Amino acid sequence: MTRSEHRLAAAFLLVAFVSLFGGALTGLFQALEHAGVDVHPHTPVIRSYYHSLTLHGVLNVLVWTTFFICGFVPFLTARALGRPLASAGLAWGTFWLMLGGLVLAAIPLLGNAATVMFTFYPPLKAHWAFYVGLTLVVVGTWLVLLNLVLTWRAWRAATPGARTPLAAFMALATFAMWTIASLGIAAEMLVMLIPWSLGLVAGTDPLLARVLFWFTGHPIVYFWLLPAYISWYTLAPRQAGGKLFSDPLARTSFLLFLILSTPLGFHHQYTDPGIHTGWKLVHAFLTFAVFFPSLLTFFNVVASLESGARARGGRGWFAWFAKLPWGDPSLAAQVLAMLLFTFGGIGGLINASYNLNLVVHNTAWIVGHLHLTVGTAVTLTFMGVSYWLVPHLTGHALWSRRLALWQVWLWFGGMIVFSNTLHRLGLLGMPRRTMIGAVPYMQPEWKALLPLVGLGGAVLFLSSMLFFLNLLLTWAVSRSPAGVPPEFAEALSGPEHAPAILDRWRPWIVTAFVLIAVAYGPTLLRLALTTPFNAPGFRVW
Amino acid sequence: MADRRGTTIYLYELAWILPSFAIPVGMLVALVVTAFGAGVHLPGVEGRVDPTKVAESALFKTPGVVEIAPGQYEVRMTAQIWSFAPNEIRVPAGSTVHFWATSKDVVHGFLIPKHIVNLMLLPGQVAHAQVRFDTPGEYPIICHEYCGIAHHTMAGKVIVEARR
Repeated sequence: MTRSEHRLAAAFLLVAFVSLFGGALTGLFQALEHAGVDVHPHTPVIRSYYHSLTLHGVLNVLVWTTFFICGFVPFLTARALGRPLASAGLAWGTFWLMLGGLVLAAIPLLGNAATVMFTFYPPLKAHWAFYVGLTLVVVGTWLVLLNLVLTWRAWRAATPGARTPLAAFMALATFAMWTIASLGIAAEMLVMLIPWSLGLVAGTDPLLARVLFWFTGHPIVYFWLLPAYISWYTLAPRQAGGKLFSDPLARTSFLLFLILSTPLGFHHQYTDPGIHTGWKLVHAFLTFAVFFPSLLTFFNVVASLESGARARGGRGWFAWFAKLPWGDPSLAAQVLAMLLFTFGGIGGLINASYNLNLVVHNTAWIVGHLHLTVGTAVTLTFMGVSYWLVPHLTGHALWSRRLALWQVWLWFGGMIVFSNTLHRLGLLGMPRRTMIGAVPYMQPEWKALLPLVGLGGAVLFLSSMLFFLNLLLTWAVSRSPAGVPPEFAEALSGPEHAPAILDRWRPWIVTAFVLIAVAYGPTLLRLALTTPFNAPGFRVW
Repeated sequence: MADRRGTTIYLYELAWILPSFAIPVGMLVALVVTAFGAGVHLPGVEGRVDPTKVAESALFKTPGVVEIAPGQYEVRMTAQIWSFAPNEIRVPAGSTVHFWATSKDVVHGFLIPKHIVNLMLLPGQVAHAQVRFDTPGEYPIICHEYCGIAHHTMAGKVIVEARR
């Protein structure tokens, strides 16, 4: 590990933290609006509830996640392989490209010229710089994969015959999955939205755009989630004082994510006209299939934590849980993130159910769900990772462990209130992405619950501010040296038990493409041949 | 010793993998049975309409409510920023309503809470749903997809009248 890896990770993390700050602030405004206090007219820069909501979505789910991942995952890979990234120049070029793209997208975004939500469904038409900027960020993630692959090949040449260390294996699987999945959004941007926003073509097609968007839009959730899993699998067991239960099972689950994450995007489009119901059902089947590696992960990670708790004197079927090292904010954050993610997983199955989806689609339920998955499983885990990674990168010990524990538990408690309330509001038919305090169809049963959205949101905001305060003081004030970062966990059942097929890439990548061709091929072909591209654009915000 | 541990781990793995496989399969069976047994209908391919010429199309020339058979109503509806046309639908209790809808501009949503009507209205696509209204009352039709600065004002209603 060279100084350059540290600085690179720090640069990515800094951008991630700045966006999370903006995302948290706008999130507070929206939660307050739902509770009856609309502060948007009194804020600088932010022009409307929907401007605020677009900022919240883009900054949190697109920027915070992606930049954190592109800092954290290559850093971890280099550590796992015990060598620097293959090309420091490529790595820094990638960072500047992504930052440049972000700035380009941020200009229209802040200027209210791209108030189209993070899903940017046409014919809402944003400024071209928004689409071009986001595309550059995606291209940057492909360059991260390139650097990871080059690094891995150099490692393999130096250590022939050795099994790829688990963390590096998972990093490669994650970025390979993402690169395949991102082909949808790349096509949407390059073929449809960018020429259209530049005025090179007159019309667009909302259905085809949505199909391409959700080709990427579901697996992008796994792109956010799998780096959290990497921490749960390779670091958390050690942080808990135990060992990873099964290395081969962990590899199996990541390979299943590689092949199954993409061919299931229609479960976001059950209510769209223009897609055959038979293909919607096929995507429902495949979504349930991806539940299988999720269950493998659940078992393996819990068993690993249990090994730690038992080594610390834990007993009984469930009582061992109390014996985890709860005083470590990094581990506490991750375990609480896992707990809430259980409910996120169950909710996801409901969303993916062909029939139940009709009850929840585009209601506040979905917002509640997304805040359990990206907003907790991913975000709270990344906060936990930050509690060792930021001290390691700055060389300063965490400013306050106690404050960090408060922060983590506040997030957990705030999210239970916030997410549970939104789930209930969704079941009561409250739409998402709506300035609910101003609707003409307010229902009394919504009104009774809405203050809890404000309360939960305020607690989450407070928690996020404590997070930033602690990191800021770690960097600026803390002077005691940082402790050693967590080592990779050993495995009870190690990589030597894994069949050789788990260490090969080509069969899995071919399978991924075959499944995509089967699940998407006929519909994409039909749309490509029959779509007239005759919908004009609108700027109506 | 090492072998015994390996076997134990293998047995634990197996004891988890088999139900992990069986649970999603069982849920899928339940899903298919309830979806088709209960006659849940998702929108499929209903045809296209030129989004710039919706008002001239055969289907949407005259938006409104028509009784097509006793107790069967057809609603032809357009969505546009920021309204539904028609925006008020009156039917007697016990009616089945067939909705045909599209959008004239951006993507809109169509949600009637408690009646499981949940549609996306995409420019260029004809959307279809049918639902039975049994209980008299007033039910909002809500646009549940962000469609611009006044999205939250976009709503209509279904008024279900008691049969005399």
